[in-house]
Formats: sequence, structure tokens, C-alpha cells
Amino acid sequence: MQMIRDDNWVLSVGTFLPMLGVIALLLVPKGKDSAVKTITLVTAIATAAVGVFTLLRFDFDKAGSMQFVAETSWIPVIKSTYFIGVDGISLPLYLLSMVITLLVVIYSLDHIPSPGNPKAFFVLTLVLQTGMAGTFIAQDLILFFVFFELVLLPMYFMIGVWGGEQRQYASIKFFLYTMFGSALMLVAFLALFFKTGAESFAIPYLVENGAGIAKNVQVWIFAGMFVGFAVKVPMFPFHTWLPDAHTQAPTQGSVILAAILLKLGTYGFVRIAIPTLPDAALEWAPWVGGLAVVGIIYGALGCLAQTDMKRLVAFSSVAHMGFVMLGISTLTPFGVNAAVFGMVAHGLITGMLFFIAGSVKERYHTLEIGKLGGMLTQVPRLGWILGLCSMASLGLPGLAGFWGEFPAILSAYNPAAGLNVTVYRTYMVIAAIGTVFAAAYLLWLYQRTAFGTPNGHDHHDLHDVNTHEWIAWLPLLVAIIAFGVAPNLLFSVIDPAVQGALRAFGG
Amino acid sequence: MELLAASAAAWTAPTVDYHALAPEIVLAVGLCVVLLVDLFTPERNKWLLSVLTGFSLLGAALPTLTLALHDDTTRSLFDGRYVVDEFSLVMKGLFLVAGYVIVLLSSAHVEEGDYWRGEYWFLLLTSLLGMVMMASSRDLVSVFVALEFLSIPAYMLAAWRKRDAKSNEAGMKYFLLGVFASAVMLYGMSLLYGLANSTLLVDIAGSASLDGEFAAVQALAVVFVVVGFAFKVSAVPFHTWAPDTYEGAPTPVTAFLSVASKAAGFVALVVLVLTAFPQARDVWQPFIWVLSALTMTIGNVFALRQTNLVRMIAYSSVSQGGFVLMPLAVAGGAAGESALRAVVVYLVVYAVTNLGMFAAILAVSRKTRSGDITSLGGLFSYAPALGVLFTIFLASLAGIPPLGGWIGKFAAFQALLTDATPWAYVLAVIGAVNSVIAFGYYGNVMREIWMRPVPHGDTTPVVTPSSLQIALGITAVATLVLGVLPGIVLHFGDVADIVGAFGG
Repeated sequence: MQMIRDDNWVLSVGTFLPMLGVIALLLVPKGKDSAVKTITLVTAIATAAVGVFTLLRFDFDKAGSMQFVAETSWIPVIKSTYFIGVDGISLPLYLLSMVITLLVVIYSLDHIPSPGNPKAFFVLTLVLQTGMAGTFIAQDLILFFVFFELVLLPMYFMIGVWGGEQRQYASIKFFLYTMFGSALMLVAFLALFFKTGAESFAIPYLVENGAGIAKNVQVWIFAGMFVGFAVKVPMFPFHTWLPDAHTQAPTQGSVILAAILLKLGTYGFVRIAIPTLPDAALEWAPWVGGLAVVGIIYGALGCLAQTDMKRLVAFSSVAHMGFVMLGISTLTPFGVNAAVFGMVAHGLITGMLFFIAGSVKERYHTLEIGKLGGMLTQVPRLGWILGLCSMASLGLPGLAGFWGEFPAILSAYNPAAGLNVTVYRTYMVIAAIGTVFAAAYLLWLYQRTAFGTPNGHDHHDLHDVNTHEWIAWLPLLVAIIAFGVAPNLLFSVIDPAVQGALRAFGG
Repeated sequence: MELLAASAAAWTAPTVDYHALAPEIVLAVGLCVVLLVDLFTPERNKWLLSVLTGFSLLGAALPTLTLALHDDTTRSLFDGRYVVDEFSLVMKGLFLVAGYVIVLLSSAHVEEGDYWRGEYWFLLLTSLLGMVMMASSRDLVSVFVALEFLSIPAYMLAAWRKRDAKSNEAGMKYFLLGVFASAVMLYGMSLLYGLANSTLLVDIAGSASLDGEFAAVQALAVVFVVVGFAFKVSAVPFHTWAPDTYEGAPTPVTAFLSVASKAAGFVALVVLVLTAFPQARDVWQPFIWVLSALTMTIGNVFALRQTNLVRMIAYSSVSQGGFVLMPLAVAGGAAGESALRAVVVYLVVYAVTNLGMFAAILAVSRKTRSGDITSLGGLFSYAPALGVLFTIFLASLAGIPPLGGWIGKFAAFQALLTDATPWAYVLAVIGAVNSVIAFGYYGNVMREIWMRPVPHGDTTPVVTPSSLQIALGITAVATLVLGVLPGIVLHFGDVADIVGAFGG
């Protein structure tokens, strides 16, 4: 793989800038909330600005190569290096993490969840940002692992301290599931390292040499990685932490979780598991695909059964990530392209839906779907935004969700050579039925919350979308429409990198 | 009579390399000074003693450093019975630094409690001297002497809260089980001597009687010696003293036992299995494998059930011991050097983190006067700095990057996978599962600190004496730095070669 080393400081600055903000925040004396907010906002804006600079300097003609590559010694004894870079797969997710964090910070300026303490809240948000961005740029497995784990504790505290009624249970469940996955993942990483001759943890090196590992060994190593990544995605049957975590997390936590953290798992499959272990990937793909379609149907049925709006959105994540995993399991460039697009689209749309859920909760003091109603008459703008995002989520053409979902289904018609076509076509049919369910639960949700007459409660806090919310949401809404109308903006960046990642499958 | 005369005639005084012995000599002088100064110091000036103890430790650290920086880091004394090599220097450094942090932890505690102050420092120094000697001992006799040297003062320290029944129980239990372990070990050592006709470890390794096919007696000798140290490092099922002793002993002493004393046990174990029993790996490897798996698992399961903080840490330290044993279970094979590195790295990281943990516990218990985990409720809301420090140490113990603990676990897993035998893989998976279970109780404490209400609404601020603040600062910074730049500690692990091991 070609490495472009120009501007190699850009990624490190973008990733660690939030940590500078953390240090600054720690020095702010207690009680100075306005200073805390200013510092956080400035940090987030500066980080996003570095992100935009990265985007501008990114050579789109060479989106398949690693760019801004920096490599320096880190832990020489175990042959692990500080090795970072972005290509077309990483770049959208890297930027997404920066944008989402900025928007979350803006939203939080007047929405610090109970019990307050903005200083601690923003410190955790910024640490999360470093972890997320770092995961997407790491080109060394140990570095990847460290960043991957770095997000755990902040999210644990975010759910556990600022969450809802069941926050303590939800936060520990989230943590134990993820940690279980990452422990096995680490063992798998080490096995991969030793089986490739104990030379290097660099991903490009492992991609080159991983294919030489005997197939029966590959299958086991892949199994370890599979558990680690599948918990994070989450795939059925490892998903049970997700509804709890999402429901209990504060709005900001849910948004970050849905928009970025879930992508760490799918990204792991695309970046590490599949390219390094191609034989095992072929062996496992039908099972992964099978679990993916089970997730699609299960998530959809789960959604239909929910009475809580936030929990419904959480279950819809299980279904949507099922589409992403189905695309990945085809091992075709077409499917993986759809999957990466689906990751970004899901980040935008579901992030937005969680924002809306938070604002609904703030206004109506409940998320019980049965107690909501008539939003279009009471808070018309919020109602319309919910409508747009529901449509995007169910995969309406012209909005971003469509380009993640539809090509993923289509790609199952023609999986990579060596995979059983009949099995995949069955998956395709099941996934297509899943989209009907998706339409059903989202339209039903919309019908029950936005239409009809408001149910008699006296809502003092009822006000339409306010300025902070507009600023936080508009970029997401614009992106949902823009990527829906012109998906090639994204596909053209992703595709060359996907082709590179799937070289082993003749793609 | 003739024999005696003959041996007396043949005896010449050995040439002593005083530079190599300088750390021990400084400590020995230091502890005499502490004892003497104590006699002539009025009660109000007894704080001097802690200062003197601290200086003795730093004074001993100096020659350790010069020895390490010297070109020739390997010095063999007394016909190879006492060896100063890289491994021993790293471990001596660890003991001295850990000792210094213990002094910082103890000073306020000892001043304020009803303790015999002078003797406290004297015994602490004596025990540390034993540990420093242990790092260099390469002979059954000197190993045993060092072991008793470090253990006997520790028995007394455990019972230091004189009028407290629990403290007495702590000391008594520790003493009885410790002596029992010594007896078992001595029996094993006597068998070894009988077989090898020498007490020198390298001779034992070289003697034909430990080669090839094993008779029951040879296996028994090896197992007995390992069992003796299994008590010292509180490996399951020889851990039963640890929770009671840890809970009953004064908290700084508990820190000392769970860090320094435990590390000394591991040092001896490592030296013995690598330099004396390399041929007998078919005996001790499976034995340590079982000990490791049991120790991790049982320690964890019991820790999950604890409501008392120190008791929980006691079981957690049992379980951590299982992780140190993990690489040792493959140390006899191709993974030997990687296993030795893992043990050293794990001990360093664990020492730093656990000392920090105890410093935080000491700081908080000054206010709460309680050992219950629930007494930490809402700590973050009224003492955010301590809350964060607790979190750092707990997360490091749980092995979560980017805090120090992960690199220890990583090195241990790495050693197992280097060995690449099915049994090693199984142990690695057991270790991985256990590191998840462990978060159950570490996370429980974090939950208490961050998410629970303050008990009785008592939010009076925690006043931390400056010595504790320094200890907290040192350990927290070290925990973070080791986690982010693990190359530093791995470097120590890499140079820590034992003379005589791996055929060297």
C-alpha cells in the first residue's frame, strides 16, 4: 500500500488537541462554568478545524493510499510503533467523530444533564473524542487497542453518572460486555502477531503476511476478533447491552455511542479482521451474514414492541448495523462500500434521532410513545425534523439512509467468489423484508408521536427548536440530505480504499 | 578434629566487592542509626525517624543506581552465592522505591496512631534489607536467610496495632502460616541438598540428579520449595492468611505486605525456577499453571463478594498474583526470557498502582474512619481529585489502557502466546476472562465513588497530609506514564536478565 507522508503532524494534532483542552479544563477552578464551556467549545472548534484542514489537504485522487502517515517508535520492545494514517475508509469516520463531538458540545452548552458538573462532563467528552479519532487513524494493532479501550471509561462514567434511572446497571453492563470482547480481541491480536513471525504490529505488514497463516489457525484468530468487534457493533446475540446503555445514557452519550462508538466495531472488521485474515473471513462470512440478518429482523421486531421512543431508536440501531454487517459479510467491494456508507449515514441519522429524543424528553418529560402525540401542532419544527429523520432512517431514497441500506441488500445478490450464492440470496430476501419492518416501526412511531391531537397534559416547558439545537442539528440535517442526493461525494472517497482492503478477494 | 583443622587452613577471607554490597550496607547502617536515634529522641521529635528511614532508602538507592550505570552490571560474590545482576538491580530499585513510598504512606499514620514509632521504622528497614538481599541470593541458604529476614519483621508489623484484636489476629495468622510455609520449604531444600550435594542454585541445576527421569523425591523437593513461596505470594490455595492479615494489619503495613513482600516472594520464585530448576520444568510448570489459574479465579470470585475495601483489595491482590504466575507457567520453555520480562514488568506496574491505591485509601479513611466500600459513596462530588485518583488506580489494576496496568497484562499474555502450546493458550483465555470478571469489583468501587450518594450527607472535605499527597502524586504520574509510554518499563524488563538462567 502506498504511504503518503506529507503533513504528517496533522493527524496527531487533530487527535490529541482535545487532550490539551482536558488539561486546560483541569486547571479551571471549581464553579467557573462559563470558562469551562468556553474552553471546551474552543477546543472542539479547533479540533474540527484541524479536521477540515485534513479534509482540504487530503489527496482525493489517492484515496486508496494511506495519507498523512506518521511513524515513530513507541514501544520498541514489543515491536509496536506509533503509526498513524488515514485513507478513504478512515477519513469520513475520523471527521464524523470530530463533527459529532463539536455538535454534542454545542448542544450541551445549555443541556448539561442532571446532576450537572459541566467540568467533568466536558472532560469525559473530550477524552472520548481523542479515543474515537485515535481508533480511526491507528495503523498499529496495539495503538488501535489502546485507543479502542480509551473510550470505555469515559462512556462508562457518562452513562453511570449522567444517565437515567437504571444508569448503574446499564453502565456496568456496557462495560463488562465491551471489556469481555476486547480481552479476546487482544489475545487474537497477539496470536496474529506471533503467527506472522512476531515482526510487527503494523496493520499493513499484517495484511501482507496474515494470508500466509494456516487456515485453521486463521479461523480461531478471526473468532477472537469477531467477538471483540461484534460486541461493539453490536451484532445479535451480543447486542443486549445496547438498548440498556442507549436508554439510560444522557442524550449526548447516546448520540456519541450511536454515531461513533458502534462504528469502531464495524471499522475493525473492515480495517483489520477481513484484510489480515482473508481465508478465515471467507469461512466466517456466511455466519456473520446470518447473524446480521437475524439482527435486522430481531431489531425490527424489537422496535415494534417498544413503548419508549429512545429504546425504539436503540433497537433500530441493532437493525441498521445488521445491514452494515450484511454488506461487509459479502466481502465484495460493492457490499463494503455500502457498509462504510451505512456507517456514516447511521451515525448522522441515529445521532440526530437521539438528539430529538433528548429534546422531546426535555419538553414532555417522558419518552413513553403512548403519552406523546400531536407534536406537529405543538412543536411543528421539531415534529418535521423527526419526520425527516424517520424517513432517512427507514431508507427513503434521496436521503442518506438509502445508500447504506439498499446497496447492502443488493450486494448480497452477488457475494464474493467462494461464498454460497443461495445462502446470500436468502439473506437478501430476509433483509429486504427487514426494510418493510423498518418502515412499519418508524412510520408507526411518527404517527403516534407527531400526528393526532396533543394529549391533554399541561406542558409548561413546551417550546420549539431553540438556537443551540438549530446550530447543533443543522449540519447533520444538511449532511443527511446532501449525502442522500449526491452519494458519490462519499462513495468516491470510500471506494478506492475499499478496493485496497479487499484485494485478497480479487476485488 | 582433623577435618576442622584442614578446612580452617584452607579458608581464606573472600574478597568483598564493597560497591556491589553498598545498598545492603547503607540499609544496615541506616537501621542501626534509626534504632539508636530512637533511644535518645524525646517523644515530640520522633518524626525525625521517618525522615531518617526515608534517607536510608534513598541512600541505598544511590549505589543501586551507580551499579546499574556501571559498564559491568554483573558482579558475582562469594563463589556465586550472592550475585548482583541486572535482574537483582531492577528488583532492588523496585523494593527501595516502594519502601520509600511506604514511608510516605506511614508517616502521618504512625504519628497519629497509637504505635511504637521508633521500632516501626526499624522493622520496616530490616524487612526491606531482607528483600534487597533476596534479589541477589543465589544459594539455598542465603535465600532462606533473606526470606526470614524479610518475613519476621513483617509478622510483627502486621500485629502493630497492639490493642486491636484484629491486628493481633492478623499478625498471628501470618506468623503461623508463614512459619509453616518456611518449614515445608526447608524440607524441600534439605531434599535438594541431599540430591545435589550443594546449596548453590547453579549447582543444583547442573547436578545430574535433577536431570532426566524423575524419582518421586526429586519432584517432591521442587514442589515443596515452590509451595513455600506460594504461601509468600498468597497463591491459592495457600492464600488463606492474606485477607485476614491485610484487613487486620495497619493499612500502610498492608500496602507493604501486598506490594513489597509479595514482590520479594516472586523474586525468589523466579530465581529458583529459572536458575535452580530449569531441568525440572516438567514438574513446576504444570504446578504453577494450576496455581495461576486457581489464584486468578478464586481471588476474583471472593473479591466480588467483599464489602470491606481493604479486604477486597486483599483478594484483588491475590488475583493479581495469579497474573504474575501466568507467565511463570511457561518460563521453562522457549518463552523463558519473555516470561521473565513479563514478571518484572507486571511487578513494577502492580507495585506502583497498588501503592497508589493504598495511598488513596489512607487519604479517604482519614475522613470516613470506615473500611466499607460504601463509605466511598459520592467521593467524586466532594473530593473530585481523590475520586479521579481512585479511578486511575482502579482502572490500572483492572488493566484498562492507557493506564499502567494494561502493559503488565499485555506482557503476561505475550509470554503465553510466545510459548504457543495449547496449555498456554488455555491459560491465556482463563486470564482474559478473569480480567473481565475483575472489573466487576473494581467497577463497583468506581460506581460507589461516582454514582452513589454521599453517606449521611457528610461532605466535609478530605484533608490529605503532604506526605500522602506526594505519594499520591508519584504513583499517579507513574501509573499514567507507564501506561502511555510503556517502553520505559518494558526496557527494565528487557535488561533484567538473571545470571545463570537460560543457560547464561
